[in-house]
Amino acid sequence: MTLPTPTRGGPGLPGWLYVAAVLAVLFLTVPLLGIAVRVPWAEVPALLTTRSSLDALGLSLLTCIVATAIALVIGLPLALVLARSDGRLAGVVRTLVTIPMVLPPVVSGLALLITFGRRGVLGAPLSVLGIELGFSTVAVVMAQVFVAMPFLVTSVEGALRASGSGVEGAAATLGASPTYTLRHVTLPLLAPSIASGGALTFARALGEFGATITFAGSLQGVTRTLPLEIYMLRELDTDAALALALVLIVVAALTVAVTGWFSRRTVRRRAS
Amino acid sequence: MDGTASTRQTRRSPSDAPGATGAGDGIRCKWASVVTAMVAGTLVLGGCAAAPAASGPATAPTPPAGQPQQVTVFAAASLTAAFTEIAELDPNLDVTLNFDGSPTLVDQIKGGAPADVLATADEANMAKATEAGMVAPAPTIFATNSGVLIVPKGNPAQVTGVDASLDGTRLVVCAPAVPCGATALEIAEAAGVTLKPVSEEQKVTDVRGKVSSGEADAGIVFATDAKAAGDAVETIVVDPEKKLATRYPMAIVTDAPHAEAARAFIDLVLSDRGQAVLASYGFGTP
Repeated sequence: MTLPTPTRGGPGLPGWLYVAAVLAVLFLTVPLLGIAVRVPWAEVPALLTTRSSLDALGLSLLTCIVATAIALVIGLPLALVLARSDGRLAGVVRTLVTIPMVLPPVVSGLALLITFGRRGVLGAPLSVLGIELGFSTVAVVMAQVFVAMPFLVTSVEGALRASGSGVEGAAATLGASPTYTLRHVTLPLLAPSIASGGALTFARALGEFGATITFAGSLQGVTRTLPLEIYMLRELDTDAALALALVLIVVAALTVAVTGWFSRRTVRRRAS
Repeated sequence: MDGTASTRQTRRSPSDAPGATGAGDGIRCKWASVVTAMVAGTLVLGGCAAAPAASGPATAPTPPAGQPQQVTVFAAASLTAAFTEIAELDPNLDVTLNFDGSPTLVDQIKGGAPADVLATADEANMAKATEAGMVAPAPTIFATNSGVLIVPKGNPAQVTGVDASLDGTRLVVCAPAVPCGATALEIAEAAGVTLKPVSEEQKVTDVRGKVSSGEADAGIVFATDAKAAGDAVETIVVDPEKKLATRYPMAIVTDAPHAEAARAFIDLVLSDRGQAVLASYGFGTP
């Protein structure tokens, strides 16, 4: 986010570099084109409005909104705390909360199951109290928060560190309370990175598959989110799976566009 | 995928341990087969379609002592453990095994793979091979596999069968599109019960895992899957007369390079020793 503004018309690059670059572009875009070619466009509206598709879409939307909200409510404070701490403990915490981001999702699901499952470390006592999380929509949200929140924490913390604490220091000197400074100085400054971090979190939650199927199971309208529905349909009804995949691709494209727009705005604002 | 260049190696599919009856047939790409194909020097390109390298039985030299008869057996993935054991029973047979999903095996033979015996996990796929004239008519049924109800050790929810005792418990089944899910529906229909599962899994092994871990109170899997779970689950027989059982057929391939040995292998599977091995993995006798 603090990349130096690229110098346009700088020294030329060797020609062979472009060959490799074009290969990279092709490799990343051709599969998407492949889907676009195979999607039965005329039937997409019908395929997306079947009962099971609508259930999956609705469930994904609901759980991802809740998961993103939870990530904002507890992940944002964590990002703020981490950005202002430099001790060894902060380093350890930072590493720990980043782990789910790089963990294979199925491992995340297993960890959640072992912890919150019926016979899990925390799940067993909860089960005695009559609270059972497995196979519920709550479990879906938990899986999503677990894998997606680190994206919010790291992106916001990074932005905060890059921006420094000069303006906040000035506000404090002028007699502003910490809460006032947070509300009127820090958060407005951070708004673009919170928005792009939130979009990333939402996108990651939307794509969540491994942890969900391991921890929450798969039942229409309760735990079967879009990726699970696609997984189930891929052999049974390829057309429906492709139509739903298209939805995820469009959302992914929008997310990238939104985050890109916000980070460009941030850079421009810094530059000015 | 998959050069069917036959090798000495036994192909095993990682996801299809003895119990993975249902799911196995759906999975076409398997690392094990990729590796095997590469070992055989076959260039693997073009995804999962059957593209057999018709290089003939490019096998290692037969051990001189005794000169056992060579036979190549294409068998459904759910037979992996049982057939590997049966293949060792007769020193006069030098059995090369190729395990994969039943539809894939049929595709491979259609593509000219040098198989002597085909053993599928259901009659529908065998019928495809029979109708295409790829195997001899009137296949032999050599084993059955029935749907059973499994509960965690100790049966905490006190389930008694596919009946009212399932109400309010956490039942996990396979999705209807998966063989074990179709079987679950048939069992429920026969029992006049509507199942209310908390989850419809994509793989039979996932159902078993959720039951053996105690996460679910009950699940419907195949008898072979239940057997493979060992003491972690208790099995409740729900189809004692095997009316709904899946029947496993086997037949000699029409262009079998070793038809005589193929006959001998089928006889071995049908023998008391062969049937005992199958029973030890949870298969029923036909």
